[in-house]
Amino acid sequence: MKKLLTGNEAIARGAYEAGCLIACAYPGTPSTEILENVSQYEEIRSEWSTNEKVALEVASGASIAGARSLVAMKHVGLNVAADPMFTMAYEGVNGGMVIITADEPGTHSSQNEQDNRLYAPHAKLALVEPSNSQECKDFVKYAFEISETYDTPVLIRVTTRVCHSKSIVELGKREEIGIKEYTKDIRKYIMVPANSKVKHVEIENERLPRLKEYSNTTPLNRIEWGDKKIGIITSGISYLHAKEVFGDKASYLKIGFSYPLPDRLIKEFAHEVETLYVIEENDPYIENFVKAMGIDCIGKELIPMCGELSPQIIRQAILKEEEKESYEVDINVPARPPALCAGCPHRGIFYAVSKYKDKIISTSDIGCYTLGMSAPLGVGDISICMGAGITAGIGFDRVNQMADRNKKVFGFIGDSTFFHSGITGLIDAVYNGTNMVIVILDNRITAMTGHQENPGTGKNIMGQETPMVDIESIVKAVGVKEENIRVIDPYKLDETNKAVKEAYDSEGLFVIITKQPCALIKDVQRKRKELYCEVNQEKCRKCKTCLKIGCPAISFKDNVVSIDKAQCNGCTVCLQVCPFESIEFNGESR
Amino acid sequence: MVKSLLLVGVGGQGTILVSKILSQGLVKEGYDVKMSEIHGMSQRGGSVTTQIRFGEKVYSPSIGMGEADVLVAFEKLEAARYIKHLKKDGILVVNNEEMYPLPVLSGLAKYPDGIIESLKDSVDNIKIIEARKIAEELGEIRAQNIVMLGSLVKALGIENIDWIELIKENLPERVHEVNIKAFEKGLSL
Repeated sequence: MKKLLTGNEAIARGAYEAGCLIACAYPGTPSTEILENVSQYEEIRSEWSTNEKVALEVASGASIAGARSLVAMKHVGLNVAADPMFTMAYEGVNGGMVIITADEPGTHSSQNEQDNRLYAPHAKLALVEPSNSQECKDFVKYAFEISETYDTPVLIRVTTRVCHSKSIVELGKREEIGIKEYTKDIRKYIMVPANSKVKHVEIENERLPRLKEYSNTTPLNRIEWGDKKIGIITSGISYLHAKEVFGDKASYLKIGFSYPLPDRLIKEFAHEVETLYVIEENDPYIENFVKAMGIDCIGKELIPMCGELSPQIIRQAILKEEEKESYEVDINVPARPPALCAGCPHRGIFYAVSKYKDKIISTSDIGCYTLGMSAPLGVGDISICMGAGITAGIGFDRVNQMADRNKKVFGFIGDSTFFHSGITGLIDAVYNGTNMVIVILDNRITAMTGHQENPGTGKNIMGQETPMVDIESIVKAVGVKEENIRVIDPYKLDETNKAVKEAYDSEGLFVIITKQPCALIKDVQRKRKELYCEVNQEKCRKCKTCLKIGCPAISFKDNVVSIDKAQCNGCTVCLQVCPFESIEFNGESR
Repeated sequence: MVKSLLLVGVGGQGTILVSKILSQGLVKEGYDVKMSEIHGMSQRGGSVTTQIRFGEKVYSPSIGMGEADVLVAFEKLEAARYIKHLKKDGILVVNNEEMYPLPVLSGLAKYPDGIIESLKDSVDNIKIIEARKIAEELGEIRAQNIVMLGSLVKALGIENIDWIELIKENLPERVHEVNIKAFEKGLSL
């Protein structure tokens, strides 16, 4: 049967067909839908892990115990999971183990553009790169086989355009592999120095040479002969762009297995073609290898290092194609950045804190609430990675004290991010004595990536009930003083303002937990469907105070302030800030 | 012959559903199809784009400047933003809908006047759709995207595919009737 699938759906299908039994992930664009789709197959035990390191470790244990396991994450997630990955490369597998890294050239919704192919030579792992959805499915199956044949976890690198593009896939049947016998083998599975020294030699002298041989002979690496004037070595989505541009007017060495790279194949190909190009997104990973072999090629001299490639970029770079004729309008088009939704529970707390924004430093984190930085709220000085909303705040506070800056640090972190890597930071803040305010924004969901369950929601990915991890109990348990903890409803501005003031005036570590579910959760939408606020035009004095909360439902047009009923969910933050009581609430209860 | 179609809009407008129905129909018709979407943070009211390319054999899903045969804008400011992707003599289908981005709402930028007029002056093949009005008249404001689907099916000349069946497959039964009406209305414009 043929079906139109995204790369992520196809990866999930590949895991299913390959007899995978365990799959773990932490959500992150563009990888999230991999596990969401895997969880549709009841033959596979699927888990949202608390973070990527946990996910990779769970998959490692499952593999050693004898099951085929898969773990998926976005590119920056692999930084978190790098620790177990490097050592699993030494230990090797029992059941096959596949690690998916979903990279983001173009940083559509990420903090950087790192090229995770470089992890493969660094960790000495086999690396596979599919180009389209059919290959996503097929290569996952290959990867499990490679993993078991060569006793190594296999890294599969995909990118946004592979993950989120749809193309046609031929579906196959699931092969039941079952669970392999586990035999205790401490020289393989306990990496104390005595064992790791031996393992490293084994990898260099045995595994990698065998994998190199495989790379030269596998169907994943293939030459497509066309016109030999131009030869192109390429991989991933870049292969499709190159094919689009050159068709059969060039020859291709299409790399699907990219660590170790196929040296003999590259030499053979380079020998036959007149001019050799390497076309790849982001880093010159293949190019550096080719050049190190002493083979002349053209790569990053012409092909951009930053951002995504496209056929057009390749045509302009190599064929010097001129800009295509198009249309233009003489209009100054304002940007349309993402914004906190109408009814977003983060708005109330950010509005309350925004009144202090000249007196504080705010360290933000990864999630919808990073958007608190946007005007008009403008709360956010720095954002680095998951967890740094707390920990970078600790460091900032140290220096503020040394420099007598008299600026309190407010660190922001969401519920899922708190479980991911905020708890260790919180403990550090207590342990090392920190005079900051930590605001934990509990909206009962992993929102930014499209609503995944997490340890605080009381449900797992299979929809089963689980214990709800209580954030307030954790905060108390690690030693934050009870008088320095406030749990508030951010829809209630009085309560929120009071907590922010107390936090600002306090000494020592102070924690505010805001509790109100994300406005986009289906149950919340259903419950608040009939609720909305409305401007009483007779009373409105057009002071525009309500516009300062940055709600996308409120607009000022033709000298009239109005609220879009379709977007509004009756959160009433605007009503509470209006100095003239000209906003009215409609609905049965608040 | 490969056709390139670029859909642009604002997160929450239902562009992704339209792309889904469209590509399913094209596959059923026997075309090779590549569809690529950029969302992620767009659920929070940002710009959303979907690129669809179809023909006998399609390699890359990407559409560059001056390469779209049809540009479908679910909001008029987005039409202005992406107009450079439309190829000369390509068709622009634009919903006469105005959605303020955050910088405009917060008074930091101005929503430009006369977008539709400027587009009309510049683009030869332009179709302006009053999707909101049509959807409101049908009593389902959320059917705007299906009105747009009807219009773009006509613009692409692919009316022969059974779109009604696909709408039924992709939407819950209680909204079938209103969306089929919305589609037919879009098709008739």
